[in-house]
Amino acid sequence: MAAGPAMSSYWRGVRDGLPFLAVVGPFAMLFGVLATEAGLAIHETMGFSIVVIAGAAQFTALQLINENAPTLVVIASALAVNLRMAMYSASITPHLGPLPIWKRGIAAYFLVDQTYAQSILDYEKHPDQTTSEKFAYFMGVMTPICPPWYVFTYLGAVLGESIPASLGLDFALPIAFLAMIGPMLRTPAHRIAALVAVVLALAFAWLPFNLGLLVAGLGGMMAGARAETRLGLTP
Amino acid sequence: MSGTTELWVIIIAMGLGSFGLRFAFLGLVGDRAMPEWLLRHLRYTAVAVIPALIAPLVVWPSATDGEPDPVRLAAAAATFAVGYLTKNVFAAMGVGATVLVTLNTLL
Repeated sequence: MAAGPAMSSYWRGVRDGLPFLAVVGPFAMLFGVLATEAGLAIHETMGFSIVVIAGAAQFTALQLINENAPTLVVIASALAVNLRMAMYSASITPHLGPLPIWKRGIAAYFLVDQTYAQSILDYEKHPDQTTSEKFAYFMGVMTPICPPWYVFTYLGAVLGESIPASLGLDFALPIAFLAMIGPMLRTPAHRIAALVAVVLALAFAWLPFNLGLLVAGLGGMMAGARAETRLGLTP
Repeated sequence: MSGTTELWVIIIAMGLGSFGLRFAFLGLVGDRAMPEWLLRHLRYTAVAVIPALIAPLVVWPSATDGEPDPVRLAAAAATFAVGYLTKNVFAAMGVGATVLVTLNTLL
């Protein structure tokens, strides 16, 4: 029964990832619709969702392609939007770093906002998990998020404009992430980090290429680290 | 069809770049020890980046062309409050979605 604990971690991850389907489904369909409207063929639209697998960056690229921006500008802007992924990668390395390289490669490919945020929340809540349990949990969370990203992109591309603009569906993404912030605020240092990040994000929202997010993220991390030291907190 | 070639250049470059960003630490650092000061900062990555990611979306929703919207603000406040008080992600999502749909229907 060596697979026992890992298997139950996997299913726990599937359960915890399932609510994100409500976010990923509409978001992916929207990409499929907009890409088709921009003149992309279905295999090109699918190429985006499978090769890039990053919603915000894909929307950014699509927007710039529509504006006939130079190829290099499209690539650089979309990657700037994705810079936060390097921060996720660093943050999850203490948990998944001991895995063999190919498993780290798989985890890196599936490292998106939702899989990262949900997994980190769980690793902090249950710190006594083994590395293989943590990987199984990550893959569990990924299961109802990433394959549906492909499927719903396809549905959006095929169904096109027959999808009605629904009430407040745009707000599913903020709600899903907002729900995760409360449980993350475990110590005064966490609360300070979040508060500083929000203030900076609003103050620097005018920066191009989503750079305000990086300023806010780094500022919040520094505030949290400083608060931890000053207040003599144990993480 | 140079348009198609260009598109695939974009897709592949974005794919490689995104994977590179995601693999940067996970792949290259692995289980080597990172300095304590760096780990101290990384502990606050999620709690800083996720709120920073959504704060502008809550205050200036694109669906209302960036105009602050009472319904969305109320739904956001309810979601956060329930998440903070109950520590239950699903309860928070459920309440937030309910508030959003209910107010949108009523108003």
